[in-house]
Amino acid sequence: MRVALFLTCVNDTLYPDTGRAVVKLLTRLGVDVDFPTAQTCCGQAHYNTGYRHEAEPLARHFSDVFRDYEAIVTPSGSCAAMVRELYPRMGARARTEGRGDTLERVLAPVVPKTYELTEFLVDVLGVTDVGAYYPHRVTYHPTCHGLRALGLGDRPRRLLRAVKGLELVELPGAEECCGFGGTFSVKNPDVSAAMGADKVRNAESTGARVLCAGDNSCLMHLGGIMTRLGVGMRPVHIAEILASTEEAPSA
Amino acid sequence: MNGKERILARVRRALADVPRDDRPYAQAVRRDYLRQHDERGAEDLVDLLAENLADYRAVVHRCGAGELPGLIAHLLGERGAKSVLVPPGLDETWLADTDVRRVADRPESTPHELDRVDSVLTGCALAVAETGTIVLDGSPDQGRRRISLIPDHHICVVRVPDQVVPSVPQALERLVPGRPLTWISGPSATSDIELDRVEGVHGPRTLEVVLMSG
Amino acid sequence: MSTTRPGTPGPPPSSRPDPPDFPAFPRAAHQAVRDRTLRGNLRHATHTIRAKRAKAVAEVSDWAALREAGKQIKDHTLRHLDRYLEQVEETVTAAGGTVHWAVDAEEANRIVADLVKETGQREVVKVKSMATQEIGLNEALEAEGIRAYETDLAELIVQLGKDRPSHILVPAIHRNRGEIRDIFRSEMGKWGRPAPEGLTDRPAELAEAARLHLREKFLRAKVGISGANFVVAETGTLVVVESEGNGRMCLTLPETLISVVGIEKIVPTWRDLEVFLQTLPRSSTAERMNPYTSMWTGTTDGDGPSAFHLVLLDNGRTDTLADEVGRQALRCIRCSACLNVCPVYERAGGHAYGSVYPGPIGAILSPQLRGTASEIDASLPYASSLCGACYEVCPVAIDIPEVLVHLRERVAQGGPATRGGNKVVLRPAKGHTAERAVMRAARWALARPGVLRGGQRFVSRTRRFHPRSLPGPGRAWTGTRDLPAVPAEPFRDWWQRTHGGKEGPR
Repeated sequence: MRVALFLTCVNDTLYPDTGRAVVKLLTRLGVDVDFPTAQTCCGQAHYNTGYRHEAEPLARHFSDVFRDYEAIVTPSGSCAAMVRELYPRMGARARTEGRGDTLERVLAPVVPKTYELTEFLVDVLGVTDVGAYYPHRVTYHPTCHGLRALGLGDRPRRLLRAVKGLELVELPGAEECCGFGGTFSVKNPDVSAAMGADKVRNAESTGARVLCAGDNSCLMHLGGIMTRLGVGMRPVHIAEILASTEEAPSA
Repeated sequence: MNGKERILARVRRALADVPRDDRPYAQAVRRDYLRQHDERGAEDLVDLLAENLADYRAVVHRCGAGELPGLIAHLLGERGAKSVLVPPGLDETWLADTDVRRVADRPESTPHELDRVDSVLTGCALAVAETGTIVLDGSPDQGRRRISLIPDHHICVVRVPDQVVPSVPQALERLVPGRPLTWISGPSATSDIELDRVEGVHGPRTLEVVLMSG
Repeated sequence: MSTTRPGTPGPPPSSRPDPPDFPAFPRAAHQAVRDRTLRGNLRHATHTIRAKRAKAVAEVSDWAALREAGKQIKDHTLRHLDRYLEQVEETVTAAGGTVHWAVDAEEANRIVADLVKETGQREVVKVKSMATQEIGLNEALEAEGIRAYETDLAELIVQLGKDRPSHILVPAIHRNRGEIRDIFRSEMGKWGRPAPEGLTDRPAELAEAARLHLREKFLRAKVGISGANFVVAETGTLVVVESEGNGRMCLTLPETLISVVGIEKIVPTWRDLEVFLQTLPRSSTAERMNPYTSMWTGTTDGDGPSAFHLVLLDNGRTDTLADEVGRQALRCIRCSACLNVCPVYERAGGHAYGSVYPGPIGAILSPQLRGTASEIDASLPYASSLCGACYEVCPVAIDIPEVLVHLRERVAQGGPATRGGNKVVLRPAKGHTAERAVMRAARWALARPGVLRGGQRFVSRTRRFHPRSLPGPGRAWTGTRDLPAVPAEPFRDWWQRTHGGKEGPR
């Protein structure tokens, strides 16, 4: 199976460890992973901030880069949701604007084969025990796009529960948004930070040392609040936990 | 152009992009929701009604037809009611065992006069088991809408099982749209203070529902 | 948030109409987020109702089917709205009512004021109605020397407190019981019967105080004003869903009843009510059924008002209808479930939305009904993290995030829209020039992997010099959060250097 890693522009630039973890994890599970270096950005920030027309060339570029792979895996619920939910919508809008069905046709091939990482593991590879070892107390925050747009359900938790040594504790108010919301975090900084602080306090109340999620942009926001508030926790992407083994543990 | 013409013209312009849909309305909406949520027998439905009425703080009583006058007399007595509003077509025998003063609702009665009456006794058009609702439709045994509103104590008699329907969809099927309808689920209440439900505001603060069989 | 000013002489005008000069959402929210009492009140109330709603919805196994049917009924009605409006006029008229058409707030207020004046009355009792708040009816009547008494408990609290509503269902949700007691004690006497001596903050006592205060107004009222939750085109029936009984009082005791109803409130058939009478109570007050639902068709001889007027209100609704993406907002049945689950509403409070329609639905309704020209309306589409909780609970499946993003596009990029019934091409809103340039530059760079890579390398190599806090617009992030540490190399450099980790050190 020819699988492409769509790392996302944020992870590529700021969180290469997450990318290395995905490669390590998938390789361990026997998947031949490729990282097409022409990849850039799915266009979500543009689209969600009201710049749909600027997002369109990025979506076309995405399709050009990834269309020939059998599966496209990304360690980001929100970028996966962009492709799966919003690319078809972008195509349809272009059609109703009288621009024909070209965009729809260009984007169509990548839509059904783009998977968020935990979805790919559970639904495509059919595994929940990925042979990981992570001896820490962890609480999990389901990010909004994974939870509501993709419907990831309990897949991430099932994966975490199968990790050796990991103690998973429930996060109070888990389904509430962390307040990141892309450009929301800078356009409405007060509300965004208040939401984030509440999320961090809830995470802290569990006694866990690690707050795990499937989106580094949300974790960047929460991590920034944790250090600002001096909370003794750290944010860790789920890929880094699942990649960790007894032989090669992640921190 | 008058207001009507302007609004209709705006609506038509607004919909210019929408493809026509000439399907009959019956085909336009998929109604694969349930006609009722609970396939119970008639007796169980009455139990469900009683349960749901009580859940929203209506006081529920059950009796046979022969016991009704005694029960009504007892309820009015317990309340200390000196007067009771009586719809024009109410079965007089329901009040046979009480000498509480009957007050008729005449067209010229003022709200202030009705406000001095302690209780009101009515029948109903039907009751909805799933939601614990009674519906009044202004029939002669129920009277004008205001009589079940102004007194602070409302006794409503439901003939069971005949007047009980399981669900909202089945209630609407049996009701006549042109009549003035009042759906009542428990005594008046408010959630306006901290979104917490408090019973008893402007409508009757005590609602007693008598489920009369036979 | 406005505060009570005890000692202000005489009954003041109630909630003001929407002036377009409310501050932008982030600025209003800046205050609210720091108001501990407000945060506590909102958190308590929304979390209480959230849990109850989830339970009430879980009770019905066919919720998804009811939701879909509700959506289809509303979409069908909107698609044929001209036909159904004419049918409403026919059926209401045939049942003894009189139908009036109001293109905007001013026309609606004029119609209502004239109708009240014809009765010779100087006061009216009102059932809570979003439409009349939207058009500022109370103020318009006040200007004509007509006093309007709000009779819903929360509206009464708002009116007595010279406050603005902050929630669709519970306009005084921002007030806790202690604040309500204080308002009743100091203000009730100026409007009529004063609060009882020794009034405490027990909700039951507060409700009793409202009962006594309003009763004298109900019993003498000759004119009632209402909105409606639904208008059935087939039968001409209006439906009002309520809890307290103030609705029944206003709908049945006066001689004249005037109902101001948005044109989107129509449902085609009687049978359609079977959907909404199941979804609305469970979504709004989290009850199987609300205490009282009144249905009336024109006038009934000898029962209730002898004169009935229906005012059909446009006021921006046809402009909204003209928008292919935005028109779904007209499905709204005003249940307020979206407010109660919204994390932004919970922290910013209803007043920050600068409209009688707060919360997620307000963020898509106000900029469509009023346009995006004002500072507040241009900021509302951004008042959301797009978390999608609102869409999930909406009983008519309004995809609020989709409409928010669509309206962001209108604000940031301009484009075709309909205002006042005319097609216009909007220019991009002010204040987005720099953002537009950044977005364009980012798109240019991101469409070129080589440029992206150059930028990443630059950021990585200069990482020792990165400050912890940023100046200027960057403060929006670093005012409350630290920046992430930048890695020594981007992933793509590692990948190329090691061929995916197959070579060299990891």
